[in-house]
Amino acid sequence: MSAHLSIEEIAHSQKQLRRKKLKLFAFTLPLLCFVTLAFLAPIATMLYRSVYNPSVSQLIPKTLVQMEQWKTVSGKMPPAEVLTTFSLELRELAISRESGKLAEEVNRVIPGSSSLVKSSARKIKRLSVEALTEGQGQQLLALHKKWNNPLLWSGIKAQGSVWTDRYYLTATDLTRNQMGEIESRDTQIYLKLYWRSLRIALLITLLTAILAFPLAYYLANTSAKKANILLVFVLLPFWTSLLVRTTSWIALLQTNGVINSTLQFLGIINQPIEMLYTEFATIISMTHILLPFMVLPLYSVMKSIDPSYFRAALSLGSKPMPAFFKIYFPMTLPGLSAGALLVFIISIGYYITPALVGGTDGQMISNIIAFHMQSSNNWELAAALSSLMLGVIILLYWIYDRFVGINNIKLG
Amino acid sequence: MSRFPRYYTPLQKLGALSLSSSAYMVLAFLMLPIIIIIPLSFNAEPFFTFTDGMLALDPEAYSMKWYAEILSDDKWILAIQNSFFIGICATIIATFFGTLAAVGMSHSDMPFQRAIMALLLSPMIVPLIITAAGMFFFYTQLNLAGSYLGIIIAHAVLGTPFVIITVNAALAGFDYSLVNASQGLGAKPTYTFFKVVMPLIRPGVISGALFAFVTSFDEVVVVLFMAGPEQRTIPRQMFSGLREQISPTILAVATLLVIVSALLLLTIEYLRSRAERIHSGEL
Repeated sequence: MSAHLSIEEIAHSQKQLRRKKLKLFAFTLPLLCFVTLAFLAPIATMLYRSVYNPSVSQLIPKTLVQMEQWKTVSGKMPPAEVLTTFSLELRELAISRESGKLAEEVNRVIPGSSSLVKSSARKIKRLSVEALTEGQGQQLLALHKKWNNPLLWSGIKAQGSVWTDRYYLTATDLTRNQMGEIESRDTQIYLKLYWRSLRIALLITLLTAILAFPLAYYLANTSAKKANILLVFVLLPFWTSLLVRTTSWIALLQTNGVINSTLQFLGIINQPIEMLYTEFATIISMTHILLPFMVLPLYSVMKSIDPSYFRAALSLGSKPMPAFFKIYFPMTLPGLSAGALLVFIISIGYYITPALVGGTDGQMISNIIAFHMQSSNNWELAAALSSLMLGVIILLYWIYDRFVGINNIKLG
Repeated sequence: MSRFPRYYTPLQKLGALSLSSSAYMVLAFLMLPIIIIIPLSFNAEPFFTFTDGMLALDPEAYSMKWYAEILSDDKWILAIQNSFFIGICATIIATFFGTLAAVGMSHSDMPFQRAIMALLLSPMIVPLIITAAGMFFFYTQLNLAGSYLGIIIAHAVLGTPFVIITVNAALAGFDYSLVNASQGLGAKPTYTFFKVVMPLIRPGVISGALFAFVTSFDEVVVVLFMAGPEQRTIPRQMFSGLREQISPTILAVATLLVIVSALLLLTIEYLRSRAERIHSGEL
């Protein structure tokens, strides 16, 4: 075609196409801006916060500049001028009532040094600038023997750098030793939680797949009228509030709840079983909540499978079981993988249900993020833990987009 | 056993029977936990379980007092008002931005279609705890945390992916020559949009709006982190109720919410069958 068009005509049509593309882009632009400002920017700032740690460098800037020459590995005390500058800056912080902030920051690297910094600041406030300058830091060293420990100073120096990988190290149960080398911590907290979250998410995915398969198969192979009625029973839970479904599981699983009373009434058990506030409670209620996400994609794929393939395999002499696994099952894989990825992605970041029914051993990584946000106020660690989880989710999202296509998500 | 085809062997009959029974068992697993809270909400005693009187169908054992309690508690009244106010505002914003974007996204000439789509749908994929944590940091700096505006914006963002998906589906197979025809006949773009495009995609837009509303109505993690006591919503009130003192009032609220979701489901299904008829040309 283009061979018959003049150069001007080609240029014109290209210009037309460009204009059209620009017009289409203009339609998406308002939402793109909205999502960027209200959603992507908050997440980006959070990631930034997990590596950016300016508070100490803002509190004692001069000390940190002088410390640059001092090698922490040497095991020696920092030179006297560093001690002098630190004493002067600590005095200023005490006067401006900011020494508490420094104490909190130092306490994070060297636990137990919060009171040391606070009490020293109180005492040093009473001394004059001249006395401190002349004293070459001796007053500070005399206040407490802990100030004579080079490790305390290397801790302050480490905490003083603006960019830090410390929160990521903590989030993966690693730490820096006195030589600055990375080594694993004695007690694993976060890795254990990651593994537990992965294990619970996998288990829920597997359970939903096992439960959804016969249901979706039955719905796809029964009469359309019956399937439509039965689908309501899948969609109603799907549309029911998450809190409502969690509430009903609390009512069911409680010590004096419906399940225990029924079992006792039937004489199957004598003592009520402790089911609420366990990992079991988290798994069963999340399986219930996420089951529709597996049934719906599986059903829509199974409905489009022509049953004559399976019948053909049978009539050609195959036994039902091999025919099912070799002919029918592979055709359901698109639906199964879509459902599995969706359930896995949703369950790995779940917060509300584990928080309400999980007790201590049913907690997932989200719950520890919430803990560091709300209770321990360690926002940087929460940000580091979140970004590690986000990495896993983005990877899964990418896989989902590649194999299922993000455009193929269907609702209801 | 006339339900099975005549040529079925006994083994095949058994297989079909076990398939249907396991399907019904899974359906029971889905439905029973939701149904069970409805009678429990009429419990006269402050328990989360059936009392002996309830099992004996003694009318004395049933009461409406937990429903009366909702109406007499200022916190619940405020929560109900907040949920609807925040939900409706968020839905309007999400539907406006989402529909506009979907019109552009559904066209095959859209540049970077796949990447932009992944970006626009990401609020649906990122775990709520991460969204909530990020928003808490960011919105606090903008003084939006603890305000209605902050919660509305957050919920609107979370609702937009659903609007895009449903409107996109409604636009699949949309004949763009209709737009050209309308504009060729002299119609202004807004006129074309509201008089030509909108009537054809309306079911998609409405069901997207309903999804956005439910997303906001059901959302609790962002509210948990960002809302002050003034902005408590129904799910937030339920969350603290379940954590602190478990009272059957929550069961009464839950029962009402089940009714709301049943109504929403019926509306969505009606809209979907309508959309199917539009596509097949019956309407």
